[in-house]
Amino acid sequence: MSSHLFEARDVVAGYRPDLPIIQGVSMHVDKAEMVTIIGPNGAGKSTMIKAIAGVLPISSGSVTLAGKDITHLPTHAMAASSIAYVPQTENVFTSLTINENLLLGASSMPKPKALEQVSKAYDKFPALKDYRDKKAKVLSGGQRQMLAVARALLTDPHLIMLDEPSAGLSPLMVSDVFARLRELVESGVSVLMVEQNAKAAMRVSHRTYVLAEGRNRVDGPSSALAEDPEVIAIYLGAGGRKR
Amino acid sequence: MHIVTPATGTAAGTPAGALHIMNAVKSFGANRAVDGVSFVAEAGKITGLIGPNGAGKTTLFNAIAGEGPIDSGSIELDAVHLEKLKPHRIFSTGLARTFQIPRPFARMTVLENVMLVPEEQAGEKFWNSWVQPGLVARQERANLDKARSIIEFCGLTPVERQLAGSISGGQQKLVELARALMADPKIILLDEPGAGVNPALLDTIVDRIVALNKQGITFLIIEHNMDLVMSLCDHIVVMATGKVIAEGNAASILADTRVVDAYLGGAHA
Repeated sequence: MSSHLFEARDVVAGYRPDLPIIQGVSMHVDKAEMVTIIGPNGAGKSTMIKAIAGVLPISSGSVTLAGKDITHLPTHAMAASSIAYVPQTENVFTSLTINENLLLGASSMPKPKALEQVSKAYDKFPALKDYRDKKAKVLSGGQRQMLAVARALLTDPHLIMLDEPSAGLSPLMVSDVFARLRELVESGVSVLMVEQNAKAAMRVSHRTYVLAEGRNRVDGPSSALAEDPEVIAIYLGAGGRKR
Repeated sequence: MHIVTPATGTAAGTPAGALHIMNAVKSFGANRAVDGVSFVAEAGKITGLIGPNGAGKTTLFNAIAGEGPIDSGSIELDAVHLEKLKPHRIFSTGLARTFQIPRPFARMTVLENVMLVPEEQAGEKFWNSWVQPGLVARQERANLDKARSIIEFCGLTPVERQLAGSISGGQQKLVELARALMADPKIILLDEPGAGVNPALLDTIVDRIVALNKQGITFLIIEHNMDLVMSLCDHIVVMATGKVIAEGNAASILADTRVVDAYLGGAHA
C-alpha cells in the first residue's frame, strides 16, 4: 500500500486510447504538501490532472488516495473521495449567481451544513460577497478563478488539484491566491497544481515535477529545481524579460 | 524575416496604428465597467494596459474591437472613428485582436485557421472556379505561401496539419497571433499573451512581438506578467475600477503608490 496520501503510478492516459498523451507518469503528494507540475506547453500537464480527476480515461497505471484505488472512479465520485479539481477555464456556471455557484458546490451536504460552508467561503473570499447575487458572467477572469477555488474548497477536500490557478490574475491576486493555498496546506490540505507561472509557484510549493512529452523529466524540492540549470534552460527561460 | 506589410501613416515613412481613446464609457446596467477612459496608444509603440482583475481592461478591448460598443466617447484609429463600426469593419481598418482564452476553430487545422483570415477571397464565390480558375488558384497559392511563412515565423510549422483544438493552450495563442498577422494589421491588441504560456514559449512570443513592432506594427497589450510588461512596453496605462489611475513609463509606474496599492502589491514594489 502506498505510504503517500496520493500516488499516481505509471499512468497512461489521453483523449483517445490509441493516442496516449501521458505515457507512464508517476507522482505523489503527501499530506499537507504543496506540489507543482510544470513543463512546456503540450507536455501533458493538464491531461495528467484531468485523468486523475476522472475527466479523461486512464488506460493503464493506478491512482490511489489514502491507500484506496480511485483509478477508474467517475468524476462525480471523485468529489465524494475528497478530491477537488479546478479546471483552467470554464470553471464556473456563468448563468448562475455567485451564491448559486457556491451552493452547487455544496449540494451533496445537508442544507444547514451547506449554508455554513458557503458562509465560510465568503469569509475566505470577501470580494465574492459583493457580487453574491450577480450572475457569474459579470465577473472578470480573475474573479471567476477565485469563485472556482472557493467552490472547490466547500467540500473540505484532502487534495485539491488546480489547473493554472494564477492564469489571468493580477500580481496582487496571484500573491493572494498562493498565500491562501499555502494557508490551506498549513491547515492539512494537500495541493497539486499545474502552473506556468513557474517561478512564483515554485517559491510557494514544497516539490515540483517537470513533465515533457508526456513523461516525467525531473522532480525534486522546488527550491533546488528553481536553481537547476537544465530546468532553467528547457523550461524557465528568461520569463519574458527581453529588452 | 519580414512577415507583414502594415500600411504606413499619411506622412511618408511614419508608422500607422495610432489609437486614440477619448472619454470612453461602457456600462452594464448600473455598473460603469469603463468609466471615462482616455489614453493614446502611439503609432509604432508597444503600449501596456494593466490593472486589477475587474478593472475593465477586457471590456475596453471588446469595445475597441466592436464587440459591445461604448455608450459614449470616441475611439479613433489613425483618425478613423471605430466606435460605431461592426467588428468586421474594424478588422478591415487594420485592427486585429487576440483573446484571453484562445478561440481557434477547433476542428480545423492550424493552417486552415490561418488561411481563412483574408477577406474577399475569390474562391469564396463558387462560380469563380469556372469563370476565373486562374485567379482563384493564384490567390490560393499566395495565401498558402503567406500563411506558411507566418506559421513558420510563429514556430507552428510542426503542428500546422494538426487540429487547432488538439494543440496546447500556448500554441493556440500563437495561432491567434498568426491569424492576426494574416490581415497585415496596423495595430494588434493582445489580451494576456502570457497567460497559460510556459516561460520558454513566452520568450518566443516576446521575440515575435519585438520583431513585428520593429516592422512597424503598433501593439496594445493587456498582461499581468510584470516582467513582460516592464521590459516590453514603451508606455503603460493602469486602469482600476473602470478608470485610468496612472500612465507613464515602467519606472514611473513601479514608483506610483496608487499602482502598487491597487495592483502590484509588494512583489514589484
